[in-house]
Amino acid sequence: MKQSFVGVSVPRKEDLALLTGGGRFVDDLKVDGMLHMALVRSPHAHALIKNIDTTRALSLPGVHAVVTHAELPDTFRDKPIPLVHPNTAISQGFLPYVLAKDEVCYVGEPIVAIVANSRHVAEDAVALVDISYEPLPAISDCKDALKPSAILAHVDAKSNVAARVPFKFGDIDAAFKDAPIVLKESFFQHRGGSFFMECRAGLAQYDPMLDLYTVHLGTQVPHQMKRFYMDLLELGDNQIRVIAPDVGGGFGSKAPFYPEYALLPMFAEKLRHPVKWVEDRYENFVSTFQERDQYWEVELALNSDGKIRGLRGSFIHDGGAYLPRGLIVQWISATTVPGPYVMPAFSMELISAITNRVPTSAVRGAGRPQAIFVMERLLDQAAKKIGIDRAEIRYRNFVQPDQMPYSVGLIYRDGKPVTYDSGDYPACLSMALDRIDYAGFKKRQLEALSKGRYIGIGIGNYVEGTGLGPFESVTVRITTTGKIFLYSGAAPQGQSHHTTLAQVVADQLGVEPSQISVVTGDTGSISLGVGTFAARTAVNAGSSAHIAAIEVRRKILSIAASVMEVSENDLTLEDGFVSVVGAAGFKRSFKEIAVIAAGIPGYSLPPGVSAGLEHTATFSPAQSTYSNGSHVAEVEVDIETGYVRILRYVVGHDCGRIINPKVVNGQVVGGVVHGIGNALFEHIRYDDQGQPLTVHFGDYLLPQASDVPRIEVLHMESLTSLNPLGIKGAGEGGTLPASATIISAIEDALSPFQVKINETPISPQRLFELLGDAALGRTK
Amino acid sequence: MKASAFKYHDPHSLSEALDMLASLENTIILAGGQSLVPMMNFRMVTPDHLIDINRLTALSSIELHENSIKIGAMTRQRDLEFSPLIDTHLPVIQEALQYVGHRQTRNRGTLGGSLCHLDPSAELVAVCALMDAVLHVQSKNGARDVPINLWGQGLMTHSMQPGEMLVGITISPWQGPHGYSFVEFARRHGDFALVAVACLLRISANGTISDASLCLSGTDSSPLRVTSAEQILIGNKPSHEVWRAASEEAAKLKAINDPLISQKYRQHLARILSYRALEIANERALNSQGRHYE
Amino acid sequence: MSDLRRIRIEVNGKNHECDVETRLHLADFLRHQLGFTGTHVGCEHGVCGACTVLVDGLSVRSCLMFAVQLDGHKVTTIEGLGSVQALSKLQQAFHEEHGLQCGFCTPGILMTLVELLKENPFPTESEVRDRLSGNICRCTGYESIVDAALLAAKRIAEGDSK
Repeated sequence: MKQSFVGVSVPRKEDLALLTGGGRFVDDLKVDGMLHMALVRSPHAHALIKNIDTTRALSLPGVHAVVTHAELPDTFRDKPIPLVHPNTAISQGFLPYVLAKDEVCYVGEPIVAIVANSRHVAEDAVALVDISYEPLPAISDCKDALKPSAILAHVDAKSNVAARVPFKFGDIDAAFKDAPIVLKESFFQHRGGSFFMECRAGLAQYDPMLDLYTVHLGTQVPHQMKRFYMDLLELGDNQIRVIAPDVGGGFGSKAPFYPEYALLPMFAEKLRHPVKWVEDRYENFVSTFQERDQYWEVELALNSDGKIRGLRGSFIHDGGAYLPRGLIVQWISATTVPGPYVMPAFSMELISAITNRVPTSAVRGAGRPQAIFVMERLLDQAAKKIGIDRAEIRYRNFVQPDQMPYSVGLIYRDGKPVTYDSGDYPACLSMALDRIDYAGFKKRQLEALSKGRYIGIGIGNYVEGTGLGPFESVTVRITTTGKIFLYSGAAPQGQSHHTTLAQVVADQLGVEPSQISVVTGDTGSISLGVGTFAARTAVNAGSSAHIAAIEVRRKILSIAASVMEVSENDLTLEDGFVSVVGAAGFKRSFKEIAVIAAGIPGYSLPPGVSAGLEHTATFSPAQSTYSNGSHVAEVEVDIETGYVRILRYVVGHDCGRIINPKVVNGQVVGGVVHGIGNALFEHIRYDDQGQPLTVHFGDYLLPQASDVPRIEVLHMESLTSLNPLGIKGAGEGGTLPASATIISAIEDALSPFQVKINETPISPQRLFELLGDAALGRTK
Repeated sequence: MKASAFKYHDPHSLSEALDMLASLENTIILAGGQSLVPMMNFRMVTPDHLIDINRLTALSSIELHENSIKIGAMTRQRDLEFSPLIDTHLPVIQEALQYVGHRQTRNRGTLGGSLCHLDPSAELVAVCALMDAVLHVQSKNGARDVPINLWGQGLMTHSMQPGEMLVGITISPWQGPHGYSFVEFARRHGDFALVAVACLLRISANGTISDASLCLSGTDSSPLRVTSAEQILIGNKPSHEVWRAASEEAAKLKAINDPLISQKYRQHLARILSYRALEIANERALNSQGRHYE
Repeated sequence: MSDLRRIRIEVNGKNHECDVETRLHLADFLRHQLGFTGTHVGCEHGVCGACTVLVDGLSVRSCLMFAVQLDGHKVTTIEGLGSVQALSKLQQAFHEEHGLQCGFCTPGILMTLVELLKENPFPTESEVRDRLSGNICRCTGYESIVDAALLAAKRIAEGDSK
């Protein structure tokens, strides 16, 4: 066989169109007669809707429809957006209607939908809708939401608690009783939002001839969206097709089914015009789900050698006004705390609070960064208290490679016990520490101090459950023209699936990745699919691509052996031909084989041949597979201004087998930069009446090219036995420990001043406050 | 975020523009658009008439008249950035411009636009205040000059009357050897300043400070000359203690408190940046005399 | 009632004469009236840089100009840089260095770099990062973009410039 493509940085199939302005994002799509939707959104964090008068809006020339809750179709008017992950622990899982009925519970909640000739006119009409509200008091902060006399976020709520979930294993009382060292800390963590560059968008068409709705949606999960549409609009399987075209970033927030999406096919059918909606950036701030706040209270019990005895505590998660995404993020936070460390006993209570803010759901990292921050900060504090090196305390507590597979004792979001399948955590940390010359840091720090410079080093380790089930679908098909197609339910938003999946198939079929046409994210092209989120696609779709390609290869060999009357062992696949080894002229093309597999009308298929030169695989993992990594960062703090500069950032990374090194590095570096944003820049603020204060990119700071250093990424490959290629997910690892690592480094830089940092993000102003008089520096 | 409808006008002469300003209601002037158009896209600003003055090329000029630099209101920030005249006579403007937005915004943004928008932390406004700039205003009925210290009348509000338009700015560079600096603290490259300090220093032959101008921006709704600091500086020899005392004066000035940035932090930055600005200006002052900092 | 103006505008070397609604910004005009959808709209308040094009050779945020202002001017967009069959050296460098993931910010970044490399054929990494600070990318973390820019600079300097 020819060279292997898996493991090679094959340049991307996606690039040429995107580099030349030929991308097809939803808003690039144009259909004759297309109309545009805009929404009237609640300006109040909490209010009753007393009256809506749409007369003025309806009479504006160019307006085709103005719809309130009352005018929604019977099929979903009073049906709330479904809960994606039911959980018996949810006691108050408020779910929104597509358009608010008589109560609005967050600024940005959609109330009236308008369709007009242009977005301009639709927005003009928005200004002409007259709504009278009875404003109600609102609850904003999730910690305040749990206070005894707190304002209730919903009129019908009994409290502001959506769910309380305990997580326990081991004997936590024994762990704390007589523990030589006990630390008690509180943490505040905020993670902002996804803030993809392409806002959410959808274009719906209704074809009466086919009785078919086609919805192009900037979504991470087209098959799930199809199911939502079937349920809400009561459509048949052959009446709705959802296509994710080019999608400009998702990062988790393009996974939910949002209210606006239900309106598009409704309008397309009602008005007999295609209808497009493009979220603008203001809407993105007030209606796209965020990840936001968590408050943690925790205690860590250790032996005097720094070995963990147990960890207990609770955390409050800001769920926002509605819970259509269930407890995904919160659950992941709770179950990720132990991380790569041996944890004999654990007790954590998750409290998901209801607030009058836009709902929260997973944003790249999905609750893990918060758990990692807690564990890593506690270990830093423990090391300091005991007087041992911060890396050393990690080594003493790591799950060792010979303990794999290692059962943590918790049930993960996939319903399975958290069981780390493979990985060498100590080796990964050492790899990173060696690269940054951790051993030599103390000397560098003292030298810098002598020159009046404050530098610090920080460590953050993580384990990440990836390759989440239930499955991903791939069809590999060689058509009767001899062309190779790959269809998948994967729905990329930049993760290069077209290239990586083609690499996997190319290896089995003896062709170049460029000879494989890849179609993703189209429910019309493959009937089953799950989608791209949670670092699951390389594992699931990669495995399915591998399995499907192997089966197609087997079919080719079987048919060719029969037709050419040779042994399968004498055959080889190369460049679209199956030929006898050593007799290159004795061959058949894939086209010929495909024609045979398609059969000849009236004739039976040859013995042992099933119909079609294709195979669909839906690899289903037994459990998640656990990637891991170690980040180490050096920072410098200007104590006079509080400005933090990252001097070096090293990542030790293990995601099992790498399909495309440049692609994985791109995911890691991009993830780290997102994490830098979480550590230093990104903060969505609300006032205490639930009014968002951060509503544009002037206030919400995303990292720029000049804010971030080069990220040095080192790889290990601990293959997993949980899938045929040994792959683990790589999409989120860069983000996970970044806050913990950077804040650890800042604290280390400021150790002359005994500053303790239990929050993320940290701003220069906050460092100024923590430094007190020391911030006067030379002006003292 | 699409702008609301307006009637568009593009005058081809200044008098045509002034006639429009005099006769139309609810008008806004479009210059560089880098501050205005976002507000229009957000529908925070909804004019009935938009007067695009980008055709008034005569208002884009940088000229040296005797000892003053006269800059037309429509002069792009980019042109200031690359102007040899500005480099020679007003290098503090070029130092300030490295903090102003990004290349894309400087290609369109204008000096006049910045002065009319009056963002509290606008670098160019601070430099004008530093140098006691004089602003030239015209209307259909005539022309008048407004010294910079009378230009603003509150947060982001200039003092022009309806029908008036800013047409030019005159800045008189300090003559003879002197030092300058512009120091800013922002969260990211190109962001609005939290606080910025602009400084001019002249050191006399006997080593004492003979002239000083120190201007803060971002602390209050408009730039503030720290006159009490200037008084401490003049007559003293440069030293750590003099910088410390002057920067302490800067920290005493009233500063805005808002949910994002506290008054205390603004005042602290005023102190820190004043100290740094003075150090740098002093170093440059000494260099301009052929001496080096000891 | 729309306020319309007729404009004559050159886009990627070709002249267009159209009636535009005066409140239509340049990005929307290019995308929806002329069909050049390569330029993207990311924020409409002048921060993200996805909409960056060249006007008379200078980089601008096309969401902050009204199309009507471009009467008599020349605009260059990503569609004017190269084609799938003939990528420019800059585009080719991006392809080799994995300088894009979702591709949404890419057109704005390319236009910004075209201007940079024209005025500064030998930029340092720091100069590239400073110039790119007005273009936000959420996917790549910028490093591969910087590497692509530096590779392109090297190649443009070595061969014919593009």
